[in-house]
Amino acid sequence: MSDLAHVMPGPSPQIILKQVVKNFGATRVIDHLDLSIPAGQKVALIGPSGSGKSTVLRLIKGLEAYQNGSIEVAGAPVPAKAGGWHWPGVKKPPVVHRVGMVFQQFNLFPHLTVQQNVTEAPLQVLKLSREEALERAHQYLGLVGLNHKADAYPAQLSGGQQQRVAIARALAMRPQVMLFDEVTSALDPELVGEVLAVIRAIAHEQQMTMLLVTHEMKFAQDIADRVLFMEAGRIVADGSPNQVLVDPDNERTRRFLNLVEQR
Amino acid sequence: MNFDYAFAWSIVPDLFQGLLVTLQVVILGFLLAVLLGLLLAIAQRSKNPLVQKLSAGYLSFFRHTPLMVQLYVLFFALPLAGLTLPAISTGVIGLGLYYAAYIAEAFRGAIEGVPAGQWEAARALDFDSATTWRRIVLPQALKPMLPVLGNYLIGMFKETPVLAVITIPELFQAAKQIAGMTYRYNEPYTVMALMFLAISVPTSLLFKYFERRSHV
Ligand SMILES: Nc1ncnc2c1ncn2[C@@H]1O[C@H](COP(=O)(O)OP(=O)(O)OP(=O)(O)O)[C@@H](O)[C@H]1O
Ligand SMILES: [Mg+2]
Repeated sequence: MSDLAHVMPGPSPQIILKQVVKNFGATRVIDHLDLSIPAGQKVALIGPSGSGKSTVLRLIKGLEAYQNGSIEVAGAPVPAKAGGWHWPGVKKPPVVHRVGMVFQQFNLFPHLTVQQNVTEAPLQVLKLSREEALERAHQYLGLVGLNHKADAYPAQLSGGQQQRVAIARALAMRPQVMLFDEVTSALDPELVGEVLAVIRAIAHEQQMTMLLVTHEMKFAQDIADRVLFMEAGRIVADGSPNQVLVDPDNERTRRFLNLVEQR
Repeated sequence: MNFDYAFAWSIVPDLFQGLLVTLQVVILGFLLAVLLGLLLAIAQRSKNPLVQKLSAGYLSFFRHTPLMVQLYVLFFALPLAGLTLPAISTGVIGLGLYYAAYIAEAFRGAIEGVPAGQWEAARALDFDSATTWRRIVLPQALKPMLPVLGNYLIGMFKETPVLAVITIPELFQAAKQIAGMTYRYNEPYTVMALMFLAISVPTSLLFKYFERRSHV
């Protein structure tokens, strides 16, 4: 077993959404969504703009409040009221670091070096020692092929390199679930490949559960065990890449795929 | 008009005493203003509406009354309420409270300039809010703040003559006294001006240097 495979897949589903409703003001964005993802599964989430893909990821990460239903990740409930304010000194509910997330816009910390970007959360959140944190940085920067940029600042990197650092930064927390939200959409076309290659490698090497929002259909077909098609806050198609992408029996999915292909 | 170098030289020690008082009040007042300004700016972003309102009320009050009036109130009105402070402490508190309102406003702008994605990334890594402020948001807000803080520090320094109204023997007061006793004006005011310059210019350069050095 490689030392990267730190999480054993469990028998029960790792992500469970039950009848989840999310409104932004008067707009219903997620509409009684049910979803269950077993540990280790690689799931691609596709669908038209505004259908709620990012919102599903943000709900799973606990970044959004929701109005109905329940969400559970790795056996722990994700509270319906996101974040919240605490008096200083008041004990917060124990945070369990199960979910990592990578954003379209990288969101690296610009005032920190590449290495510090990766060590910051292990040091501050997991309270690892300096040596342990540096070891992790070395391990995951190595995985994304950027150990030689450890001392650079984000502004000195290409978009593709920045996104790879963001992936290393998320992995350094050793999450059981990784969420990728259109992580190649902000990149110049020639830089997309290197980022997809890294994600592909992680998908093959690690027993981590992965949920990816992507417009790269070929890529989804390659790495995903399962494809979900979302529309207007609901999952309207759910199956193997072949069922959903190659031979969709759903008319709307077919139309969407035709549109994507024409771009 | 003549300028007597020997006389100018002889009054340097007295003026230097005044400068030390000025520096003491400014440095302590500035520290108070930065700390309080920061707290006020953070309070403005609080999810607790009461905390937000209190902070906004503070800013409004201190920005809409003259510093001299505030100093008067602190120095002459507080003792009536049974609270007597030495003049220098009153000066520090007066300058600190007043400038905190302006520095808070500047901090607020700088904090709003930190992209929302930075907060999101911190939350995605499970940072708590104190760590997010300390390690992610404030270091990034500080860079645009540096020149602003430098300006306020120098501005405070230049405004210290107002402290004379509460009997603090600062630099301007010392120069005025020498002039009043000797009827010589050129030397005390020239030496005073040079002392002001000798502090302001290096301070300004120092802040420029800090700004250039910080990465963001
Ligand atoms: N903070 C917000 N406030 C109000 N409405 C929002 C907010 N965030 C998202 N929405 C709305 O929720 C709906 C779903 O948004 P979401 O970002 O989840 O879509 P998406 O499927 O990720 O789209 P895209 O492919 O464009 O990224 C959209 O109609 C969007 O306008
Ligand atoms: Mg989206």
